Amino acid sequence: MGLVLNEKMKKYFDPETISEIKVIEGTHSASYAVELARVKVISAFPITPQTSIVEKLSEMCDRGELDAQFIKVESEHSAMAAVIGSEATGARSFTATSSQGLALMHEVLHWAAGARLPIVMANVNRALGPPWNIWADQTDSLAQRETGWIQFYCESNQEVLDTILMAYKLGEKVMLPVMVNMDAFFLSHTSEPVAIPKQELVDQFLPPYNPELKLDTDHPHAFGGLAMPNQYMELRYNIQKSMEEADRLIPEISREYARLMGRDHGAQIEEYRTDGADYLLFTSGTIAGTTRLVIDEYREKGIKIGMVKIRTFRPFPSRELREATRRCKKVGVIDRNISFGQSGIFFSETKAALYNSDHHPLMNGYIAGLGGRDVTPTNIREIADHLINSKEGQDLIWIGVKNESKTN
Amino acid sequence: MSQKLIKIPFEEYMSPGSVACPGCGGNLSMRYTQKALGLNTMIVIPACCWSIIDGPTPSSVNHVPVFHTAFETAAATASGIKAGLHAQGKDDTNVMAWAGDGGTFDIGFQALSGAAERNEDILYVTYDNEAYMNTGIQRSSATPYGSWTTTTPNKKERPKKNLIEALAAHHIPYIATASVAFPDDLIKKVEKAKSLRGTKFIHILAPCPPGWKTPPEITIKLARLAVETKIFPLFEIEEGWRYHITHESSGIPVGQYLKPQGRFSHLTEADYETIQRDVERNYKILKMKEKMSKEISAMD
Repeated sequence: MGLVLNEKMKKYFDPETISEIKVIEGTHSASYAVELARVKVISAFPITPQTSIVEKLSEMCDRGELDAQFIKVESEHSAMAAVIGSEATGARSFTATSSQGLALMHEVLHWAAGARLPIVMANVNRALGPPWNIWADQTDSLAQRETGWIQFYCESNQEVLDTILMAYKLGEKVMLPVMVNMDAFFLSHTSEPVAIPKQELVDQFLPPYNPELKLDTDHPHAFGGLAMPNQYMELRYNIQKSMEEADRLIPEISREYARLMGRDHGAQIEEYRTDGADYLLFTSGTIAGTTRLVIDEYREKGIKIGMVKIRTFRPFPSRELREATRRCKKVGVIDRNISFGQSGIFFSETKAALYNSDHHPLMNGYIAGLGGRDVTPTNIREIADHLINSKEGQDLIWIGVKNESKTN
Repeated sequence: MSQKLIKIPFEEYMSPGSVACPGCGGNLSMRYTQKALGLNTMIVIPACCWSIIDGPTPSSVNHVPVFHTAFETAAATASGIKAGLHAQGKDDTNVMAWAGDGGTFDIGFQALSGAAERNEDILYVTYDNEAYMNTGIQRSSATPYGSWTTTTPNKKERPKKNLIEALAAHHIPYIATASVAFPDDLIKKVEKAKSLRGTKFIHILAPCPPGWKTPPEITIKLARLAVETKIFPLFEIEEGWRYHITHESSGIPVGQYLKPQGRFSHLTEADYETIQRDVERNYKILKMKEKMSKEISAMD
């Protein structure tokens, strides 16, 4: 965000807060964040396009730049199980995956959250097969909705680095795991200038992990044993309460990070030119960057349109979205994902969030860019025009599908 | 027959009153194993009878930390715990994965193979009751030929998976079989495992009265017969190739072990003969391996 604005550029690259500027891919952004967070244990299994995260981390461990144990497991399922074990001893842990790997982890994602272990995972959003496809698609992570993981979606490599640092702080406060998502290739393999914050500032922001309860031979406890129906529900209630606490803490942590590092990516959502907007486009991930461009064009023509970038999927920013849509007439949600038999996933979540609001804008759901298909400014214009001209809301509108009526 | 005095450490690391079934071999296996490991130990338990035996949350019969984990993850979770402890300079803590045959021979085999290939510094113990007993006696790949289970209502046609040999192929420092009928041998093996770095694997045969359809009071007798009939010989393998039989099986006919068990009650004389033949052959192979490894050692 804001890379076109010189004043903001200065803030981004404030020599007071950064040690250096690196031109790096999104995957390496994640690796540097892990180094800065002083992670103690890493376990991962390679999958395209996540591989360069773990390759870089292997290098860092090998060279002694990062004092961490790296368990090179035989599957993603074991990667998650291993960091569940290490985090349970009180060692800050990290893993990274994508697509099929995340799907394989599904069972143990539940275990990590249920065991209240604030593991941080970078997930590169990649399409699921068959057919094989290694390109951007958010269905992999959105399908992990009910696992109890906090989920962030990033727009830039800088946001990836900053969000991973904030993810440790947040997760360790509420004792829930956090997934930080980036689009395959559009972020994972695209080089951008990234400000690497000074280690002392990161240390100030993120103190060592010291959980109240852990595996400790001096204070032996059993973790995760059978809970009867008279106990289980309260433990699930507690997870929900922690999610609500996370919702409260995200703005606080974002502000603290911005104060220390000079960069603010917004909290659960980021609003872009929403002042007095009649029309709002909801986006997430890299589509947000393209959408900013189109918003600027339309605003220049005097069309009152703005963008809301959704950064957190869990906790879902219902309150923030109700507030953001209070005065708008129409909302278009762009989804690079689909829940078959329903609609785009951000769309259905947003629609549900607004149902109990006192203001109900017209809502359209747009599916675009599945499996890494480019979502171009032309596509966004098509969406914007369709939204502006809509007379009634439509749940599912396909953008850019060949041999199919585009919008009706 | 001369009587041998055996020494078992007096200290108990398990409270009495676990919810194990009467005569549970898995319960006794844990008690003996912990006597050798002591308090500087952490236990990982995947889905298995011990998920229940340890006690409902927040209680535990064990006096050391216990981490319950998903069915197929014992070895991976134990690897993570070891790494987490290592990162904090706590290298002297024993990390033990404690899993049933289902979590070891079947669903957990991939993670176990991975951990063994990496030579993680963990002790992995399987208490093998030869079927999915916690879910009500369904066959596993550890179920022996001929056994009845609810999913092999006639009989299991395939032999028990030779997991020990699969582990030996990973060239880990230490592998052993053990039995609750030979507690001194079992404890010695755990002590040896404790003294070694790298992946250690111990396979304990754990009679299961409800699953084997046997009275609880003959658990020890059956465990002893399994050894003495050569069905479950006691031996160890160092570095994947040095075989050492720790108790010479006397060679009692297999029928003496099989006939008291309801799970084998449908077997015919022909079945006994087949089993006897297989057992003799397998024991010969084991003896040959022991002899061969001694000869190779002598050449070094």
